[in-house]
Amino acid sequence: MLGFLINPNKFNKLTDIILKPLFYLTAVIFLIGLILIYYSPNDYQQGSTVRIMYIHVPSAWLALLTYSIMTIYSIFALAFRIPFGFIINSAVAPIGAVFTLVCLVSGSLWGKPMWGTWWVWDARLTSVAILFIVYLIIIFINYSFEKIEVKEKIIAIFVVIGSINLPIIKFSVDWWNTLHQPASISKLSSPSIDPSMLKPLIAMTLAFTFIGLIIAILRIKTEIILRKKSI
Amino acid sequence: MSLRFQRLFLILVTFVLLLAAVLLILFNSQKNIIFFYTPSELINEKPKVGQNIRIGGFVKEDSLKKITINSYEFEITDNNNAIFVYYNGILPDLFREGQGAVVDGIIEKPYTIKATNIYAKHDENYMPASIKEDLEKNNQWKKNYK
Repeated sequence: MLGFLINPNKFNKLTDIILKPLFYLTAVIFLIGLILIYYSPNDYQQGSTVRIMYIHVPSAWLALLTYSIMTIYSIFALAFRIPFGFIINSAVAPIGAVFTLVCLVSGSLWGKPMWGTWWVWDARLTSVAILFIVYLIIIFINYSFEKIEVKEKIIAIFVVIGSINLPIIKFSVDWWNTLHQPASISKLSSPSIDPSMLKPLIAMTLAFTFIGLIIAILRIKTEIILRKKSI
Repeated sequence: MSLRFQRLFLILVTFVLLLAAVLLILFNSQKNIIFFYTPSELINEKPKVGQNIRIGGFVKEDSLKKITINSYEFEITDNNNAIFVYYNGILPDLFREGQGAVVDGIIEKPYTIKATNIYAKHDENYMPASIKEDLEKNNQWKKNYK
């Protein structure tokens, strides 16, 4: 049933079926998200600048989600010798890097009008910048070795070590004084975002996730073909 | 235990130990990682005059005074202690009384800071502007969102 998660052939079969419907679904959700943003209200303090949130938060979420998935796959790939995990690492690292960059740039553009600065070295901003560098190193390792078996193991080990950064990013705003705000949405309390702003945020998060998923599927398929050729 | 679960166990133990090491380092260098001191922390630290410092808190109500066109005086408070700040320059848009702010500056004399940079801090609450207007109309607007 869940064989497509570790078996390249089953993965190819399933994604051949769902790729097209997924594409249309994503287009619809993205359009709904954009319409909701257009009709979303201005914030009581930030005015219309608050709309940067609808790009900033989804890309931050995807930057962390991509790395979490890579971590899980790396652990299982190393422990249980599942080569599909290595394929995932090579395929999705650039996607995570791009979303991290989008997060950093949109955050910087948001910080200038609201905080009064493009960048400060507070714990949250610094840890996300480190995440971006970690992604870059993974991409560089990916292009730096001739032997695939050596390369993929080094990447997987590096991904697992780099995942120490994930809880630090998540809890940096709670553990230390930061200029960045604490989380607006958490499991323990009701969200401190008004429903009229939460709806477009959720729609955009879904849309971004699906866009990331489509690119990931295409890149994983490419990676499978490349590896079959090289063997 | 089969070989693969031994490997999984080894990876997880390594991960936990590394995480513990990193967190221990980070929590022990707390002073260098925090972005700002609160006024109470600053008073406890007993900093020297002339030292560079960054403090954060709320701009105290009724403390913001405009001296000239671009010089200001105000107090930063954490509801226990307050630090007096004066500043030459342009304030960020979000800067106002009751709002969070972070001040970069030099300690001129105890409890007084000459600011070189001011950042406004915004909290985790997002609310449509129209709702605030409605609340104000009905006198329901209280600043209890901090």
